[in-house]
Amino acid sequence: MKVVVNIKLKDGVLDPQGKASLHALSSIGFDNVLDARIGKQIVLELEENDKVKAKQSVTKMCEELLANTVIEDYDIEL
Amino acid sequence: MNKSQKISVIVFPGTNCEHDTKYAFDMLGQDVELVWYEEETLPSDTYLVVIPGGFSYGDYLRAGSIAKFAPIMKDVIRFANSGGYVLGICNGFQVLLESGLLPGAMKRNQNVHFISKHHFLKVESNKNKFLSELENGDLLNIPIAHAEGNYYIDDKGLGSLIENGQVVLTYVDKNGNDLNPNGAVNNIAGISNVNKNVFGLMPHPERAMEEILGSSDGVKMLEGFIR
Repeated sequence: MKVVVNIKLKDGVLDPQGKASLHALSSIGFDNVLDARIGKQIVLELEENDKVKAKQSVTKMCEELLANTVIEDYDIEL
Repeated sequence: MNKSQKISVIVFPGTNCEHDTKYAFDMLGQDVELVWYEEETLPSDTYLVVIPGGFSYGDYLRAGSIAKFAPIMKDVIRFANSGGYVLGICNGFQVLLESGLLPGAMKRNQNVHFISKHHFLKVESNKNKFLSELENGDLLNIPIAHAEGNYYIDDKGLGSLIENGQVVLTYVDKNGNDLNPNGAVNNIAGISNVNKNVFGLMPHPERAMEEILGSSDGVKMLEGFIR
């Protein structure tokens, strides 16, 4: 089954890439953008049909490797 | 350290400062061994482990995040937890953060650029082995070269770093006034763990060993470990 992991910097943690993109957008005329935050999306193809097991396994992957929980939050879409 | 002990410099795929680091400690008369990441144990007479700069595993996913699972890291973590000295320089600092041996995390530099230049540092705490040859307030001219040196720790973590004297180096200008190149919380350039045996810093002391290369201020830093 396919599992999508979205990772983003925690609210309150300044996002340098988001800020740079926000400024770039504003400098080319998009002055209606209030904020921009950049994250990453990891698409996993799992050999697993049980949603509960898949979620448990991907949560462990996020905690151990995919996200740095000091600065990042993640959510898992099954 | 005694004469029979050595300094082990860890080499991951993508590490690129191991020879500079070895050269720096060779200059100080030390026995230095490069240790390949696939090894499972450190040389038994290791006194100091250095994780040098570079781009371990291409900095894929996050800087330092994959290196923490390399075979040798299990023994590095054991060594650190049993009180052995560990120094992480630049990418090595990032590996120590990702491994949980040091608190906090690294973000992209505030200006999103790779920054490579000489920068002044101020000694904030010399009550540790690493900076024991220096005085608090001493200024050091040391190169920095990184894209992810924007050190982050939450307010509570920052409070305990300060309280325990774990902030060892900060970024300043040549007069000692605050000057922050990368957005790091409280201008932090280097920290230690609570027990003061694990150290991480973004600047490269091993690149400041000879005046002909712009500065020899790195000598006084690295000497701390061998006096």
